[in-house]
Parts: sequence; structure tokens; C-alpha cells
Amino acid sequence: MLRDITLGQYYQTESVIHRLDPRVKLAGTLLYIISLFLFENIAGYIVAALFLALVIGLSHVPFKFMVRGMKAILFLLLITVLFNLFLTPGEALVSLWKLTITREGLHNAVFMALRLCYLIIGSSVMTLTTTPNHLTDGMEKGLRPLKFFRVPVHEVAMIMSIALRFIPILLEETDKIMKAQIARGADFESGNLIKRAKAMVPLLVPLFISAFRRANDLAMAMEARCYHGGEGRTKMKPLVYRRRDRLAYLCILLYLGCKATVGILL
Amino acid sequence: MKLPRQERNKMALTVEHVSYIYDPDAPLSHKALDDISLTIPEGQFIGVIGHTGSGKSTLMQHLNGLVKATSGHIYYGGRDIDARDYDKKELRSKVGLVFQYPEHQLFEVDVFSDVCFGPKNLGLERGEVERRAREALAKVGVPEELYDQSPFDLSGGQKRRVAIAGVLAMQPEILILDEPTAGLDPKGRREILDQIRQLQTQTHITILLVSHSMDDVAEYVDRIIVMNGGKIVYDDIPRKIFKCYRELEKMGLGAPQVTYILHTLKENGLPVDTDITTIQEAADSIMQALDSFRITGP
Repeated sequence: MLRDITLGQYYQTESVIHRLDPRVKLAGTLLYIISLFLFENIAGYIVAALFLALVIGLSHVPFKFMVRGMKAILFLLLITVLFNLFLTPGEALVSLWKLTITREGLHNAVFMALRLCYLIIGSSVMTLTTTPNHLTDGMEKGLRPLKFFRVPVHEVAMIMSIALRFIPILLEETDKIMKAQIARGADFESGNLIKRAKAMVPLLVPLFISAFRRANDLAMAMEARCYHGGEGRTKMKPLVYRRRDRLAYLCILLYLGCKATVGILL
Repeated sequence: MKLPRQERNKMALTVEHVSYIYDPDAPLSHKALDDISLTIPEGQFIGVIGHTGSGKSTLMQHLNGLVKATSGHIYYGGRDIDARDYDKKELRSKVGLVFQYPEHQLFEVDVFSDVCFGPKNLGLERGEVERRAREALAKVGVPEELYDQSPFDLSGGQKRRVAIAGVLAMQPEILILDEPTAGLDPKGRREILDQIRQLQTQTHITILLVSHSMDDVAEYVDRIIVMNGGKIVYDDIPRKIFKCYRELEKMGLGAPQVTYILHTLKENGLPVDTDITTIQEAADSIMQALDSFRITGP
């Protein structure tokens, strides 16, 4: 139940995409998302789909794992489609009672849905092929220029990597405490909203206590190893751009070029 | 308390060909349980031994319906616990499961209300709930002056007792304890184990004691189930199990230290009984052997 959240879950396998520098993947995902919002037309969406399909093919991650991430936004997707479908003014296609579906509405709904799907799948590809640690490493190095503006890049990256690292641990912990309380006759599934909220207390109190305990232990362990922030800290495996990373950048540029050309010409 | 044969059969927990696969879709899925079959008669004190990851905890979670078997059936009182009309809540009150590090589940403001949580969930009256809580706390040896304290202020051993009482207060017929001594010092370990044995001899409740340490269970239990790689490898009385101590070592388990001492003594010419499992028996056997030496002379 809790494990259905794909976003931020790494799929272990061997592929070119897995080996790419995280900075490439971060920049690529960002550019891809931006490209989705520029040059709206059918040909443009086909180009975007082809590019996505190519990357998914190269990543060796089964497609169903990408779709799993979609489940979480199904509701959002539905609302977006419905609102666009019924609330866009324009030339009427079908009229049902007070609701009217317009040509523009249909157009918007379809494209908005496609865009959201591409967006989620696109970012899932990144998180499925990059370990959280790699991701924050990439972020830390990629955002280093911001240090100039006194942004605590290292600290933010460290906070993020700890938070990401703790997600599976806390999920497991939740699962365990939940089972322990169910074994004592707790009921998390029935009753009205207030009753259910009350039923969460035996779950949340132990969970918070354990989270604080873990945070304390971690802080102690970091201090014991002389952690004192990012100043002068070196890495065991520093990020270095290789040939495949340059090639990947080239591919992304090529895609952007294609998308722009198609968007302008057609 | 002796029950007629038919009644006893009704009470037994039966596991038939149960397999369980973790996360079948994941790239690294594996069989946590592989075709497990066993019966648990009423009143037995059973030790379940296995290395970390042998599937013992997973099996225990099947027994009270927390985890559903991928294939196979579990019967409690002759009825399939996965049947649609089976009341899981009632099953959980009959098969009490104390998790590893049970003190992590404490949440109430004081010890007494935490122990009341279980019986209260059974929908019992207030008076009955409190009576059961008192009884359970007494059974695990928590003194009354601690009842009003916050469970978080107690020592590790006391927290664990309170947590065990929380399950006992539901008055289960089968009590499963998953590594009840994990993380305790030797004194705390002994105390908890002695308390569990006392509980068993006084109430004749069926107990499954899960552990990875042979020393923990050897002295106490009637029967040992050894698990390895999701399968049951041995299921017998302790002295027969420890005869295979070489095989047990290969699974990373080994026999109790008594067994090793006795075997070494015998190899060096002292005629002791190597099938013994408790320290007291071993001491007697060694004294006897030494006496016979003294009479005949070396």
C-alpha cells in the first residue's frame, strides 16, 4: 500500500542511462519538462513521445514501473481533464444539460493530460535510474554557482539526501508499528473520519519517537566522524563529465532542436 | 487442565504448504517461505530458531493473519484463517504476537493505559479491561508503582515487559514472542526468559519463542523448529536437534555451549552424556563421570 510511491524509488539494473552523470539527467529532465510547455502541436508531442520512448528503451527499466508512478497523480489528472473539458469557452461540440464540451476544451484536455503523463514519466525515468545519493550529489555540484549568492548549497543537498535516505526506513518502520498495533487489535480501516484520525495516534506517536531517536543517532554518528559542513570536504567518487555525458547533452540539444523546428514549421 | 482429544485438535494451529513471496514484481523478489507445513498443539512450548532472514519472523506474522500466504493454508481451530468470513480481529486476540523490540509500539501517557489498549480494542467493558491489564502486568512482573509512570521513562527491560503485557492482556491462547531478548543485557535476558517459562508452567498457554540463539531456547522448550532459507530443516525435541550440531553450524546457528563442552569432554575421555541440553543436567552428568573416574582410577 505505502510502497506504491514510485517517485524517488531507484530501480537497480545496468544501462547507459544509469551510468550517466546525474547532472546530465537533472538538466535533461528540466529541459524536457520545459520543452513540453513550448511549441504545442501534434507533431511536437510525437517528437516528445519518441524521445521519451528512446530514453525508456535505453534505461532497461520495465515500462510498468513508470506507470506505477502515474497512479499517484490519477486523481489530479482526472480533475485537470474534467475542468479543461467543461470549463473552456469556445465553439460548442456537445451540450449536456448545463455542461458544454467545446472544441477548444477537448483540445486542451487531451494535450494537458498528455503533457502531465509525459512529465511524470519523464521525471520517473530520472528517479528510477539515479540513486538518491547520486541525485543530490548532482544537485550539489550543479547548483554550486549559487553559493556565490550565499545559498547554502551543500547543507540543502545534505538535508535532501538524508530526507530521501530516510523515506524507506520510515516506511518500513510505519509498516512494522502498524502491524504491531493491528496485532493488538487496532483498527486503521473502518469508522468515520474522526475515528480514523484517532486511530492514527497509536501509529504516529511511536513513529515520531523513533524518527527523533534515529535523527539523534545519526547526528551523533556524523559528529563522531567529524562532520562540520561542506567546507573542505572531498568526495570518494567526484563527479566528472565523460564522453557519454557530452554525447547525452548533444542528444538533448538535438531533441530540443527537433522539437523547436517541428513546433515552428508545422 | 486436560481437554478431550477432539477439543484439543480444534485448538491446534495447523500450517499447510504455506509459501510466501516478497514483492513478486520487484527485480529482486525471493521466496521468504517455501512450502512450510507444521502443527502446533495446545500447551506446547516451542522454540523457533533460524538465522536472520531465514523466514521465521515472516512465518510468525502469517500465524495471526498479518501477512497473507502467497499459497497454502493456515487453520486455527479447524477453520481456514484466510476464508472471507473469518474474523481476523478475533484471531488476533487468540494468537497474540509480540514483535521484535515491542517497546517501540508503546504510545500511551502511562503504563497502565498502554496495556489497556489491546483489551479495549476487543470491545470489553471497562472493568474487565482493567482487570486483564492488572493481571497481565502482574504476570510479567511489573510492580504496581510503575502503573502511572510514562512508559518512555522506564528502563529497557521494563519497557519490554510492559509491551509483552500489552499483548498478554488480550488473553491469547497462543503467544508468539519474536526475539524477546534482543538488545537486552545478559541479566535482562535471563529475567525475561525465566518470566516466560514461569508464565508457561503456570498457565499452560501455548508459546512460540523465536530466537537465533540456541542458548536462549535450549533450556526451556519442549520442541525446536529450525528454519533456514525459508524452509523448516528440523522439527524435533531439543536433545535430538543438538545431535546435528555440525549441520546447525553450517547454517550459522550451532548448539548451546553446554553441548560443546560435553562433546569436548567426551572426546578427551570423560564418559559424559552428550545429549543433555540444560546446564543443571550437564553439571550432574560431569560430576557422575568424575565420580566413576575416581572409583576405577585412571
